[in-house]
Amino acid sequence: MAHIGLNDEEVAQMSLELSRFVDLVDQLQSVDTSGIEPTDQVTGLVDVMRADEIKPSKLSREQLLTNAPEQENGYIKVRRVL
Amino acid sequence: MIDLTRPIAELVEQVQLGKVSARELVQASFDKIEASKDLHAVLEINPEALNQADKIDRQIAEAGQKILKGSSASLTLQDDSWGQMSKVKGQRSNVNGQRLLGIPFIVKDNFLTLNTHTTAASNILKPFKSPYQATATNKLEAEGAILVAKANLDAFGHGSSTENSDFGVTLNPWDKTRVPGGSSGGSAAAVAAGLACFALGTDTGSSIRLPASFCGIVGLKPTYGLVSRSGVIAMGSSFDVIGPLANSVADASLILDIMAGKDELDATTIERDLDSYQVKTSSSPNSLQNARSAVQGLKVGVIKEFMGEGVDAGVKAQINAAISRLEVAGAEITEISIPYNDLALACYYILVPAEISSNLSRFDGIRYGHSAVEAKTLAETYDLSRDQGFGPEAKRRILIGTYVLSSGYYDAYYKKAQKVRTMIKKQYERALEEVDVLVGPNAPSTAFKIGQKAHNPLDMYLTDVMLVGVNLAGIPSISVPVGLSDGLPVGIQVMASQCSEAKLLRIAAEIESEAPKMELPV
Repeated sequence: MAHIGLNDEEVAQMSLELSRFVDLVDQLQSVDTSGIEPTDQVTGLVDVMRADEIKPSKLSREQLLTNAPEQENGYIKVRRVL
Repeated sequence: MIDLTRPIAELVEQVQLGKVSARELVQASFDKIEASKDLHAVLEINPEALNQADKIDRQIAEAGQKILKGSSASLTLQDDSWGQMSKVKGQRSNVNGQRLLGIPFIVKDNFLTLNTHTTAASNILKPFKSPYQATATNKLEAEGAILVAKANLDAFGHGSSTENSDFGVTLNPWDKTRVPGGSSGGSAAAVAAGLACFALGTDTGSSIRLPASFCGIVGLKPTYGLVSRSGVIAMGSSFDVIGPLANSVADASLILDIMAGKDELDATTIERDLDSYQVKTSSSPNSLQNARSAVQGLKVGVIKEFMGEGVDAGVKAQINAAISRLEVAGAEITEISIPYNDLALACYYILVPAEISSNLSRFDGIRYGHSAVEAKTLAETYDLSRDQGFGPEAKRRILIGTYVLSSGYYDAYYKKAQKVRTMIKKQYERALEEVDVLVGPNAPSTAFKIGQKAHNPLDMYLTDVMLVGVNLAGIPSISVPVGLSDGLPVGIQVMASQCSEAKLLRIAAEIESEAPKMELPV
């Protein structure tokens, strides 16, 4: 899911560290959170809207493509999917 | 050599008066960066900085402000030209109205900047050059400031020591065998060592306040949303804020004043609540009296859990001394308990990795950054580019985040932590209904040795136990240096309610003016 190709050594090291990590965060399981709302926005902003208008980009296509490792005819090139 | 740790307002006056040029300030910064290479605070120099300085100098000359171009560029408070300053004040042109005219500054390398690379100190962004710039940087430049360099950090902001930088650790200028703190460690070391007049950092869980504390400077984490994050590489988006690292509360307040406010490029920004966030310099003659009347009767709550066992005696002594000085100045001191802070680290280390795993999914080896040339399929491009480009800490956090967000664990971990966040946030808010500000140390110890915690991620996470609560609650907080313990700086952490920067800065200025002066050993 995370799309990181780890080698065997990394997998062993990470497994060890992650099980220690799970021990740390498991202390939350004993907290009574019944009736508590989850927080995902701390200042209370909700659904910030703007007008649905097209605005021209200040950046050109060339500028936006300068960092692409591979490109062709103004498009970003990728490897075959399968 | 020009001392760049002097108050920004004084240096700006000198530029306005033509006593020192923008070029001289930038050159002084470059010289100091070169002389301090061993600190490894800086990753890259802005090659356009001297040209930008020349442009500013030309504008000043054109505005006919080249008055009093003295024979010496030395800057001392005793300089007899100070008496003449009031006489020329009324003659300033537009360029001379700029509040950071000619001032060299540094940004953490997770701010997008033109003319340099932007790497976030990660190999995966090593080749990256941004086509646009962060709003915060643009606002500072519009006031005449000149970007001189990009500062080192723990890659993507993941860490508390800068040891997680893919390009090498930054050393603490107070003791080069110790870390500067992190993740904005390069920014903090740079300001402490006088490489530039101020620096910008980001703070997701500790990353401005901890290095400020370890390096003996001021670090301000504003209210969540007060400063636009457009053009800053995201870590944990419901936590990230940007703020100044500076030599004084006055300097930090000036930088905040310039950066604060709504930005259409960052939908999470909030309106400014004040016309000005600026506090007076502590060296101005009346400020001590003003500050004293300002803290008179204010209630200061000392967080009980932050002063208990596990906190070094030397740290505790300096914090207690600072609190006593506030009491003498007229503040009312009480003890406040925030028991839920015990849950803060666990809560933080579920929510932040979750947000990190989401934010770092954009590094795919396709649009920008490192790409594995040997990949034969699209899936291999993702897997190999990310494996080669990300360091161990980024991988660790991506894996944790992916785990706590995966179906079957989402409710037990992620949603649970969001609810605990509500509980912690409310407890900080209730405490701040009883008192005006909360205070405590930033960390249980002063700067630790390089390597001391590097091989134990959990030990490193525990460094931030007194700092992450503020980010869970979205409230502003500042670290102010209050003294030394065994020759290393100790900073006090001051916290206030959301959008209470005015009160926070006023009290911080008072703490600063009463604190013993700390001189960096040469």
